[in-house]
Amino acid sequence: MKNKVLEIRNLHVTFDTPSGPLEAVRGVDLDVAEGELVGVVGESGSGKSVTFLAAMGLLPSMARVTGSVLLEGEQLIGYTPKQMRSVRGRLMSMIFQDPLSALNPVHRIGAQVAEMLQSHQHLTNKQANIRAVELLDIVGIPQPEERARQFPHEFSGGMRQRVVIAIAIANSPKLLIADEPTTALDVTVQAQIFEVIERIQSHFKTAVVLITHDLGVIARFADRVDVMYAGRNVEQGTVDNLFEHPSHPYTRGLLASLPRPGKARLLPIRGFPPNMVAPPTGCAFRTRCDFAEVICEENIPELQPFGDLLTACVRANELPKVWA
Amino acid sequence: MPGSTQGFDLNDKIESTYSPRQMALRRFMANKAAVVSCFILGALTLFVVLAPFTARYGVNEAVQVPPNSFLTPRTQAWLGTDDIGRDLYSRLIYGVRVSLLIGLASGLISVTLGALVGAVAGFRGGKFDDIMMRVTDLFLAFPFLVSLLVVRNVLGALTWLRPITGDMSSVRFIIFLFGIFGWMGVARIVRGQVLSLKEREFVEAARAVGASRRYIIIRHLLPNSVGPIMVALTFSIVGAIIGESTLAFFGYGPQAGDGATSLGILVGTAKGAVLTGFWWLAVFPCMALTVIALSINFIGDALRDATDPRLDRGAK
Amino acid sequence: MFRYIFRRAAWSVPTLMLVTFMVYIALRIGTNPVESYKRINPRATKEKIQEYIDINGLDPNYVKGYFTWLKNFLTGNWPRSIKGSREVWPALKDAMANTLRLGTVASVVGIFFGLITGVFAALKPGGRRDIFFTTSAFVGISVPPFISAILLQLLFAVYWQRWFGSSLFPTSGVYPAGHVGFNLFLMLKFMALPTIVVAIQIVAIYSRYMRSSLIEVLNSDYMRTARSKGISERRILFNHGMRNALIPLVTIAALDFGSIVGGLIITENIFSYPGMGLYFLKSFGEGDFPLLMPWMVVIVSSVLAFNLLADIAYAWLDPRIRLE
Repeated sequence: MKNKVLEIRNLHVTFDTPSGPLEAVRGVDLDVAEGELVGVVGESGSGKSVTFLAAMGLLPSMARVTGSVLLEGEQLIGYTPKQMRSVRGRLMSMIFQDPLSALNPVHRIGAQVAEMLQSHQHLTNKQANIRAVELLDIVGIPQPEERARQFPHEFSGGMRQRVVIAIAIANSPKLLIADEPTTALDVTVQAQIFEVIERIQSHFKTAVVLITHDLGVIARFADRVDVMYAGRNVEQGTVDNLFEHPSHPYTRGLLASLPRPGKARLLPIRGFPPNMVAPPTGCAFRTRCDFAEVICEENIPELQPFGDLLTACVRANELPKVWA
Repeated sequence: MPGSTQGFDLNDKIESTYSPRQMALRRFMANKAAVVSCFILGALTLFVVLAPFTARYGVNEAVQVPPNSFLTPRTQAWLGTDDIGRDLYSRLIYGVRVSLLIGLASGLISVTLGALVGAVAGFRGGKFDDIMMRVTDLFLAFPFLVSLLVVRNVLGALTWLRPITGDMSSVRFIIFLFGIFGWMGVARIVRGQVLSLKEREFVEAARAVGASRRYIIIRHLLPNSVGPIMVALTFSIVGAIIGESTLAFFGYGPQAGDGATSLGILVGTAKGAVLTGFWWLAVFPCMALTVIALSINFIGDALRDATDPRLDRGAK
Repeated sequence: MFRYIFRRAAWSVPTLMLVTFMVYIALRIGTNPVESYKRINPRATKEKIQEYIDINGLDPNYVKGYFTWLKNFLTGNWPRSIKGSREVWPALKDAMANTLRLGTVASVVGIFFGLITGVFAALKPGGRRDIFFTTSAFVGISVPPFISAILLQLLFAVYWQRWFGSSLFPTSGVYPAGHVGFNLFLMLKFMALPTIVVAIQIVAIYSRYMRSSLIEVLNSDYMRTARSKGISERRILFNHGMRNALIPLVTIAALDFGSIVGGLIITENIFSYPGMGLYFLKSFGEGDFPLLMPWMVVIVSSVLAFNLLADIAYAWLDPRIRLE
């Protein structure tokens, strides 16, 4: 296997709320190899964004993070804020969900890109500006020199997301985390953004984590998939394996709820995501699972090899096979 | 402090099981300063309403035979006496009574006026709204005391208003003055609320089934503006109480002639008492006014935080 | 931009005329200038009274009277005060200078401390420092200025003298009686108490606004983008946070001009500080129309000028505003 860029082990994130501690991430394991595009899927509240914000050190101070996050073999948990700053934006960077609000409205586009460059490289203003224009060109912004002098409000949503990408890749990071980068955009623009990300990934050999709830996007772009539910991994595997023989009931449910040509009826997963202040004992999905038995209440299932996948279901062996 | 910090809306997860009104009440009760203020104001109101029992002397009654002027606080006069030997403690009770009355009465007048004008302006929009807002903007940008004094004099000079407002030195006049003076702030708040409400589906729906403008305003817009209106009421009340004191302080308030007194009159005498060093005449009325103003403001602030879900997004 | 400013400035001329016309009517009704003149000058002859009416534009017809007044005002044909004893311009000029001095010092001090406490409060909402500053600011705006003035006088002037033999700060005037010439130390000493009273209000107002504005900005997405760049906390706060948080404060500064002047009027009266406030209260009390109208013109012009300034500053600070 190729070198691991990111290695998350047993990550826990807890928020202190007036109603008691809320554990948003409850022991996540995840690897990302060099040049790989890993998709992370889950409903909102499944902890997928929080996991990576924790890795970036971007959570508010009321969050308690424990476990292990190795970036290129360096343990990030326990880093001082200053050490964390030198990692952020240099070794790994992040693309956010809503490009409309992710850019500072009062600074020029070029300056926002240049700021990222100058925070980790010794560049004069002039050098930084030239490089910023090149980056805008790379992410496919026409007339980058003129556009660099404009403000965010003069850009469309898709163009702004390209700017956010340009900022994120400015220092050629090893790892790029894209947190639902197209949720706020038109469908037609979505494909363009993913093409930009894909191009960058193949060109710079950057490892990419794509956080999304859109399985279609995963199927089209990702190498491997990690499915999350209620702050835990429930299934991991390559895209082909996972889409062809999903074994965890939650993954099956996700795939069954996907529209497909010729499919007469969509089968939604019944029920609602659990309340994370008091999640169900044992397997968090059991309250919505068609195959739940008494045994599911006992222990929190760990990821186990099952066929070509890693699955966190104690009954994985007993379930009927599906052939999608 | 919970709240949405960088995209994590923990409140949504926790509070979604309550109705908006319950949530508002919960948030209000969580504000300790406001709850304490409610108790203080309640106790104070009870205390001054029962003035015949709680006060030790009449408004204009001297403590004892002379020499009784400028007595320091002592057992016969807990808070000391004034220049003609009257008990400050008893006068303070009567004064607070009048001031609370002025605040409440003129607050109700200005809220009624302001809510109506604000709702109509916000709902109709157009020229009426434009002119309303221009006028209030300009008026509110003006130094408070200047406009207050000018309006007071104009109101007093309009003889045909006399039967309603009473004489310029009467408490009734002060009530009407602040009632008329305070509606603009209220109108502005209510207008803002109505502007955002009128685009909402339930108003659209009412319009679609042919409800009249008046019906929509009275049945939909005003009831849904209760939160902001309550907040505006607290601001109007405190504005009137402080305003009355300010006027009286500069000699434009109600006159003591008819035997009544008010916080303003008492604070006004403090001006002279300061330089001669009769500290009790300055400190106690000022303290009373401060406690009242603070309590009402705390309540208003908590009401605003509690009823405006937008504001509790971290900005509390 | 310049066209916009020019148009706004041009518009303020008719606004100024309209407002002064309204003020004119209000003063005519409210102070009854002719009666006031007769009251103050009981032995004035019919001709004297007619002369007073003519030069002040006190024609029974308000419109005709207003334009007479306007013509005299614009051509510099200013009447003397109601008693005929004082030139209006020198009195107004001195009052303006004194108030400007007090107002400027108090504003600079007040805005400085207001912004600083607001920022500190916003950095850790709910923290001890926040609660302290927020509560203090709340008390500051709730306590009317005359109360803080009285208590300060009592403490620093009267009782200080009793306890320590001499008062720390004088309670009235700009200079001691009989003083001639300029003396900075004396002036500052005399200005200290009134400045504190006015500054308390300003600190409280700005602290509150700064806090809520900055908290809103700190919670916005672009602050997270800035943090993800790995730049220093100070740069994040100033270059991204403050830069945005100050924008709404500019409008508030203009809107609160009235309340600051209001506070100045009250404060000046209590400290017998010979500024615009004392000027106003004295001439209003006497129904001194020749003194009052120019005063009103100054105030209305300043209100309009401040609004214009705020609009320009707003547009300058916020690139999203297009001045068309």
